[in-house]
This record gives sequence, C-alpha cells and structure tokens, in this order.
Amino acid sequence: MQILSMLARRLIYAAILVFAVLILNFLLIHLAPGDPAEVIAGEMGGATEEVMASIRKAYGLDRPLHEQLGVYLGKTLQGDFGQSFFYNASVTSLILDRIGPTLLLVTTALLFAIGMGTLLGVIASRNPRGIVSNVVTVLSIVGYSAPIFWTGIMLIILLAWVFPIFPISNMRDITLEGGTFRHILDVAHHLVLPAFTLGIVFLAQYSRLTRASMLEVLGSDYVRTARAKGVPERSVFGKHALRNAILPVVTIAGLQFGSIVSGAVLVETVFNWPGLGTLAFQSILARDYPTVLGILFFSSLIVIIMNIVTDFLYRVVDPRIRTSG
Amino acid sequence: MSGHQTDRPLLQVSNLCVEFRTRDGIARVLDEVSLELQPGQTLGIVGESGCGKSMTALSIMRLIPSPPGQITAGEVRLAGEDLLRFDEQRMRDIRGKDISMIFQEPMTSLNPVFTVGDQIAESLRLHEGLSDKEAAARAVKMLKAVGIPEPQARAREYPHQLSGGMRQRVMIAIALACGPKVIIADEPTTALDVTVQAQIFDLLRDLKERTSTAIILITHDMGAIAEMTDRVTVMYAGRVVEEGPVEAILDAPKHPYTQGLIACVPQLDPNPTAERPPLEEIPGVVPALTRLGKGCAFAPRCKYAFERCDQEAPRRVSVDADHRAACWLLEEGTSA
Repeated sequence: MQILSMLARRLIYAAILVFAVLILNFLLIHLAPGDPAEVIAGEMGGATEEVMASIRKAYGLDRPLHEQLGVYLGKTLQGDFGQSFFYNASVTSLILDRIGPTLLLVTTALLFAIGMGTLLGVIASRNPRGIVSNVVTVLSIVGYSAPIFWTGIMLIILLAWVFPIFPISNMRDITLEGGTFRHILDVAHHLVLPAFTLGIVFLAQYSRLTRASMLEVLGSDYVRTARAKGVPERSVFGKHALRNAILPVVTIAGLQFGSIVSGAVLVETVFNWPGLGTLAFQSILARDYPTVLGILFFSSLIVIIMNIVTDFLYRVVDPRIRTSG
Repeated sequence: MSGHQTDRPLLQVSNLCVEFRTRDGIARVLDEVSLELQPGQTLGIVGESGCGKSMTALSIMRLIPSPPGQITAGEVRLAGEDLLRFDEQRMRDIRGKDISMIFQEPMTSLNPVFTVGDQIAESLRLHEGLSDKEAAARAVKMLKAVGIPEPQARAREYPHQLSGGMRQRVMIAIALACGPKVIIADEPTTALDVTVQAQIFDLLRDLKERTSTAIILITHDMGAIAEMTDRVTVMYAGRVVEEGPVEAILDAPKHPYTQGLIACVPQLDPNPTAERPPLEEIPGVVPALTRLGKGCAFAPRCKYAFERCDQEAPRRVSVDADHRAACWLLEEGTSA
C-alpha cells in the first residue's frame, strides 16, 4: 500500500518534470537566434517576403507564443514530434528505431561499471595501503581524466586494429548468416569495446567511492559486532560491510544516469553505434531541429524513469528508507 | 563442560601487554594486566575513560585493530588454553560461542540493513550449525528470553525500528544465543536512560542466575559495580591498580585512585535544604600513554604522592587474602 502511494507520488512528480522539459524544449527554439521560418526557407532555397509569410502561416508561426506552445504540447502529448527534415521520416519512428541500441549500451556499461567498480573497491579496502589499492587509485584517476572519445579511439587502435580481437565499429555484422543465437553473440561481440569505453569512466568513480565507503563502514561498531560474533572475514566484508557500503554507490549511479547518457553520445559516435547518440550527432550537424528536440525529450524521459527505478532500488537495499517513510 | 569445579579459573589473563604505534611513539595501552574470572562469577572492571578497560576486553577477544595495535606479551587462558596461541580460525570459533560481547552503543552496534532476527540467527548458524529455519525459530526464543514483547514480530524488524533499550536487549540476545561461558559487557548501559539502565541490569542479573554464565562488566558506574559484581578490578593508565572482592573495594579501598573514584559518586541527600558539599573530583586527567614516566602513573594526580612514586612503579601487594593494590603507601606501611 505504502509502495503504491509512493509510486503514485513519484509518477506525478515525473509527469510535472516531463511537462517542464517540454516547455523548456519549446522555449529553446524561440530563444535560439534566428527564425525557424528562415531555416525552413533556407532548406527550400528561396526567401521572398511572401514565401516567408506563407511558411509562417503554414507552420503556425504567425500565431502568439502561448498558442504555439499549446499546439506543440498537444501534438507531443499525442506522440507526434514532427517530421525530420534530414531523414524524411517521423521523429518518433526514428527515435524508436534507435533507442534500443542506446539502452543496451548504457545498461551494459552501467552494470559493468557498478559490478567491477564495487569489486575493485572492496578488494582495495581489504588492504588500503596495498598494491591493489594503489593500482585502483591510479587507474581511477586515469580512467576518470582521460577523455572518453580518446579512450575509445585508443581501444579501437589496440584491440581492433593492432590485435584484431573486436570489430572496429557498428552493432552487427550485416553479412552474418545464421540463427538468432549467432546474431545475439555478434551484437555482444560488437558491444564489448563501446560498453567498456563508456563504463570505464564510471567504473573509476565507483571503485573509488566503494573503497572510501568500505573503509568508513569497516570502522563501524556493527562490523566490530560481526567480528565479535565470530563471523569469517570474507563474510564481514562481503555481507556486513558491503551491504552498507553499497548505499552511496546506488545513489551516485542513479544520479549519474544522465551523464552516462550524454557520454553515450560520444561513445556511439566513435564506434558508429546505431543509437540515439549517433542520431543526435548527425541531426545536430544537419540542423535537424525536430529530431534534436525529440532526442532531448526522449533522453530526459530515460533519465527520469531511471531515477524512479533508482529510488525503488534504494528502498530494496536500505530498510531504513523502506520502513520509515 | 564446566561441570566439575576446580580451582582453575574459567578465564585467566596474565601480564597482558598491548602496544599501539602512534605518531608520538609507542603507546603501551595495557601494561601487565592480570585478572581472573571464576565460573559463574561477575567481575567488574572500573576506571576512567582511556584507562584500558575496553582495550582489555577487545584483547581477550583478540579484536584490537592491528595495525596499529599489537599484543606484545602475556596470556589469555580460557579453561586453561591460551587464546593468544590460537590460529584465526580457532579464535573465530571462540568468539560468539565461548566468549561473547555486549557493546556500549546499541544504536550503532547492530547492522542497520539486517533484521534483528537475522542478526541473532547468524551466530546460531555459524556456531551451532543450525539451518536457516531452526536458527530463525531459536532467534525468536532468544528475543523472548531477553524480555522483548511480541518476539515473533520484532524478529522481522530492523534495528532503527527499536528503542535503545530494546536494541541493547537484542545485543544481549545475540551474546547469549550460543550459551557462552563468558560474556563481556562493555559499558552496556552508558548510552541508555537511567530507568532503562536498571532494566538492563535486572535482565543481566536474571540471566546470570538462570544460565550461570560468568560476566565481565566494564563500567565507570560505581553503583552498577555495587549491585552487579562479585569482584572488582580497578584500572588506571593501562595498569591494574587494585583488585579484590567488591565489599573490600567499596568499603576499604586501598589505592588513592580507587578512593577517589568512590568519593566522586554523588550522594543523594535526603535533606535538600542543608548546604550541599561540593562534588568530589580527582584533579587532572589520565596522562598520555606515550609519555608515561618510570614511576606510578597516578602520581601526578595523587594527593599522597611522595618522592618514591615518581621514581619507581609500585608492585601489586596483598592487603588481604584476595585483595591486592599497587601503591607505595602500602609498602611504606602508612596506609592512606
């Protein structure tokens, strides 16, 4: 019951947020320098006053701002994000085609970063002055400070060119024949490098965070209690300490979902991954405003949904939140 | 196991030394600490904060953080066997089974992400080899034994849902779960309200009578000492300065430090209109353990100190059959 009311509350907040994003998107067009009619006219090649006026009338640009806003909101709420100038397809269908690969990439990268990052952090915390700990610290700094596109290109050179273990780019081998399973393996093979590139930045942060959080938790009274009960060290670390140390990692991972999506734009471009990122990159270059706005909207939708998911995950791992509010 | 009574103490700590490496040098936090605990007995350890009470407890359990801490000398014999010679695996079997601990802070000593039932059941699974289900059922029984109402429902709750007194009862349930020979209670009531303190002491006393577990009660509360203990060890700056039966310590303390501790206990005056005497205090603070001289550690704060106190540390001498104190006054024959 409590969980349902919380879900309802979160969905109402999410709806308000989505609405705000839509309005902001709309205002962005109007704040940007230049007249949309001129852009459209530019595409067509001619721009007499008469043509401009007819374009304005055709697109409703002659009407007052609040009316335009109303039309825009009405259309988007029906799932109509307009036509792409560049691809000559509806923005909605473009995005729906591309959203799957992006979600695959982002989720894999995030799971890899959380899994590996936590593991490295725990190992580092077992001996905070040991070699593993120092290696983790150095790798974290390198992983965090190296630009993501640079890491991607270096990995391509090393692991796809010098040692051709992985494919250079794309998501699948279009010449491949065979059953579904082989195609899944093929996608997984293509996924390794981009997911690793995207994940490594976050892995660096999570391993540092886990290490610090573990060191704090290991000094706590309840860890001493566990030891006094005769709990083996492996279980002291893996159960008593980690279950508490993981809480800040979950929080940060949820907050960072937005930046991992924006990181995906760069990684997708480097690896020519057919997701929202490459679509965004190409539509920005082509000044394809409806597509860019559509992508902005969908990526904020993903982030909002992921935040709700994180909130629920947090309730699962921390009983203090589950039972007190 | 302890069915046949012998003269051998259940737990015997002899000449235990513990050192900590600090930035200011090596601090000897325990200096030749010795104590004895007979089966079924309650031993009180008193002293100010930082005198080594908790460190003694953690050393018996071999739980001092290392590094920087290290047990450098001594023996801890449980039923004749020296725990300091045990490997880590064997020591884990002792912890929570033969010797268990109750800590000072019930608020932070329970793991916030596990139910209290789970935390009791964990000991039972580890030491008694019970299945999850059996352990859960026994955990509920333990909660009931420590006087928690609706134990079935409480077992499924998390520590933050319980009051401080309840949490300390849970800690006691964890400590008792595997029927230990010795329970070390490290200031079990310091963080609790006075009324709850009394309940916890009642519970401990009651459990002791039912289970004949020996208890080491670490406290700075002389009232608790008077009510709970059979024998008392007084510690100062990592050393035992006096030990004896509780009556002797409270009625005829020999060491100036013990006298000071007892004098510090405020009296409840039945006549509030009378002029109140100023509260007693021991001047000064416990010295830094890295800067102890070769003399008696208490000498700088002692009103009876004379030349010899600064030059040489006093040995423990017998005042009575089983009452000993370490003070030069006793050897000089001019009892304070």
